[in-house]
Amino acid sequence: MATPIKTLKEIPREELFTPGHRLCAGCGIPQLVRMVLKAIPGPKVIVNATGCLEVATTIYPYTSWKVPWVHNAFENVAATAAGIEAAFKALEKKRGVKRPKIIALAGDGGTFDIGLQALSGALERGHDMIFICYDNEAYMNTGIQRSGATPRGAATTTTPAGSVVPGKIERKKDLMGIAISHGVRYAATMNPAYPVDMYNKIVKAASVEGPTVLHYFCPCPTGWRFDTAKSIEVSRLAVQTRYWPLYEYEDGTYRINVVVRNPRPLEDFLKLQGRFAHLLRPENKHILEQLKRDVEENWNRLMKLAGLS
Amino acid sequence: MAQTAYARQQRVGMTGNEAVAYAVKQADVDVIAAYPITPQTIIVERLAEYVNNGELNAVYIPAESEHSALSACVGAALAGARVFTATASQGLALMWEILWIASALRTTIVMALANRALSAPINIHCSHDDAYACRDTGWIQFFAENVQEAYDLTLMAFRVSEDKRVLFPSIVNLDGFILSHGLEALYVLSDDAVKGFIPPKEPVYPIDPERPMTYGPLALFDYYMEFKKVQAEAFKRVYPVILETFGKYEEISGRRYSPVKTYLMEDAEVAVVVLGSSAGTARYVARRLRAKGQRVGVVSLTLYRPFPAGDLAKALRGLKAVVVMDRSYSFGSPGAQLFMDVATALYHERERPLLINAIYGLGGRDLMPQHVEEAFEVAREAARTGEVKEREIWLGVR
Repeated sequence: MATPIKTLKEIPREELFTPGHRLCAGCGIPQLVRMVLKAIPGPKVIVNATGCLEVATTIYPYTSWKVPWVHNAFENVAATAAGIEAAFKALEKKRGVKRPKIIALAGDGGTFDIGLQALSGALERGHDMIFICYDNEAYMNTGIQRSGATPRGAATTTTPAGSVVPGKIERKKDLMGIAISHGVRYAATMNPAYPVDMYNKIVKAASVEGPTVLHYFCPCPTGWRFDTAKSIEVSRLAVQTRYWPLYEYEDGTYRINVVVRNPRPLEDFLKLQGRFAHLLRPENKHILEQLKRDVEENWNRLMKLAGLS
Repeated sequence: MAQTAYARQQRVGMTGNEAVAYAVKQADVDVIAAYPITPQTIIVERLAEYVNNGELNAVYIPAESEHSALSACVGAALAGARVFTATASQGLALMWEILWIASALRTTIVMALANRALSAPINIHCSHDDAYACRDTGWIQFFAENVQEAYDLTLMAFRVSEDKRVLFPSIVNLDGFILSHGLEALYVLSDDAVKGFIPPKEPVYPIDPERPMTYGPLALFDYYMEFKKVQAEAFKRVYPVILETFGKYEEISGRRYSPVKTYLMEDAEVAVVVLGSSAGTARYVARRLRAKGQRVGVVSLTLYRPFPAGDLAKALRGLKAVVVMDRSYSFGSPGAQLFMDVATALYHERERPLLINAIYGLGGRDLMPQHVEEAFEVAREAARTGEVKEREIWLGVR
C-alpha cells in the first residue's frame, strides 16, 4: 500500500470531477468526490444512489464525471455495484477484461434507511467495493426530512422543532457498528476539515480486497442552516466537540485518528446551525442533555475499543 | 431439413425449470443474480450447481432480495456481461421499480418468470398476474406453452435481447408448477449449436474506464419525453427481429415458432385466445368439438410484448365470436389484461367478432376440458344470437 501522505500538497492535482455542477455553495459533497477520484488511481467506476450528488451532477445533457458513472435507483446502489463487480470478475476470467475499482456513493438515506438492506447483502457477500456514505444527516434532496442518520434534537421538515415535540427525539443509528458487524476488514469515518486524514483513509480502503465502508461527515448549509462560508468551521467543530469522532477499524483494531483530549463545548458546534437553535432554549434543555450524553457515551465507547481508556 | 436438425439433438426428460436452467448454461451467461421464490427456485438451484461444479463459468450472486437481484443484473449488464435472473409473483412485484430502469437503460437481461398468483391470499400456483403487471415496462415477453418452448424461448430470448437492433431485456414466461415443475420429454441442442446461435455478447457502450460515460442521468421536462420517444421507436423495431430470430432458430432446431399460433382456424366461426400452457387443453377440446361438427379454433400467443396486434387481428378475421381467456383479473377495468389488448387490436378492423372475456385458472385452479367447452359454447351462442349476454364469465369458479 502507498505510504500515507502528510500534507495537502502531496494530493494529485488532476481533477476528474468537473466544475459547473449544481451542488449548493458550501456543500461537503464535492470535496469528498474530488478526494475519492484523486486518492484512487487507475480505472474506477462510480455507482451513485439517487440523491443530491446524482441530481446535481448529471442533469442531461451535462455530466460532471470524467469516469464511468452509473445511477440505477435510490435503495440499490450497493446491489448495482455488486452486479458491476461480479460482471468484471466474470469478464476478467473469461475475456481478460481489466477489473476497475468499484466505488458506491450514497447519502445517509440511501445508506442508513432505504439502502440498508442492499448494503447489508453486499457487505455480507463480500463484493470488492468501497461504499462511501456522505452523511448530511437528513433527506436533503427532497427538502430536509429526518433519516435514521439525523441526530437527536435536530429540526427537520418531518421533525420540526414544535412546542410539544422539539425536533427528532430518537438517537442516530450507528452505521460504523453495522458495517463492522458484517465483518468488513476496513471502515473509517471522515471529515472535510481533515483532508489529509480523509485522503489516506480512501487510499487504505482502496487497498483492501473486499468490501470497505467510509462514513463521511457532510456539512449541508441548506439543511442545517448555517452560513455557506462556515462549512469547514462547522465540520472541524464536529470533531473538536467529539460529536464526530474520527476513527478507523482495521482487521479487528480500532484507532482514534484525532484524540480530542479537551473537547470544546457541544454548544459551540450547535449554535452555528439553525437546525439546533431550539436546543439552546431553556425549555429544551432535556433534549440537549440527552444529545450530550449520546456524544459522550459514543466517545467513551470508542476510547475503550481503541484501548485508550 | 427438420429431420437432420432433429437428428443432431438429444431427447431428454426435464421439468420446465430444469430446461430453462439448461438453456441458460448453454447460453454461457456471465452473471446470474437471483433470490429464491417458488415456483422458480429450481432454476437458480440448478444454475448454482452448474457454477459450483465448474460446468458454467459465471458469477452467481445470491442476492438478499429480488429488488437487489435485478439491480445487480442491471449493473452487470451495463458492464457488458450476459445476465440472467428468474423470479415469480411477489418477487417480480418487488423488482417492479427496476424493470423500468432495466429497459430504459437498454440492458439485455433475460429473466425466466415462473408465473404465479399475486397475494393476497398468498398462493404459490399459476396466474398471469405477474406477467401482466410488467406489460408496460419495456420488456419483451414470451409465453411458453410447454417445456420444449420454455427451453427454446430462453435461448431465443438471449439472441433477441442482445441483437443490436433490439437491446431490450426479455422475460420468458412459463406457467408456475404446470410447466415449471412438469416433467416432459424435449429435444435439446448441442452446446456447439447453441454457441453458433448465440455467439459471445458484443456489448454496446459497456462501462469502460477508458471511455467514460454517464449511465442513468437526470432528465427533466426538457429531455425526458425525447428519451421515452426514442425508447418507443426502438421497441417498435423489435417485432421483425423476433420473426427473424424465430426463423433462424427453425433452421437449427427444426421447430417453427410464430408470435401467433393458430389451430383449426381456417374455417372457424368462433375461437378462444389463450396464453401459456392452457393452449394445449384448448386444442384438445377444439379437436373434440370439431369431431362433433362445431367450427371452433384456437389462437395462442407465443409473444405478449411486443403485442402481435396485426397478426392477431388477421388470425381472428372473419370470426363471429371470440372468447379471450385471462388467467388474471384487472379490477375496475373494462376487461382483463389480455382482453383489453385483443379488443384494441381488433378495434381498427372493418368487421369485428363479438368478444367475451373468460377468467380462469386463478391461483392454479385447473383448467378442465369442460371449462373450455363452456367457453366455446358461450362463443357459439353469441355467434348464433348476434349478441353477447355476459361480457365477463368466470370458468371453474364456485
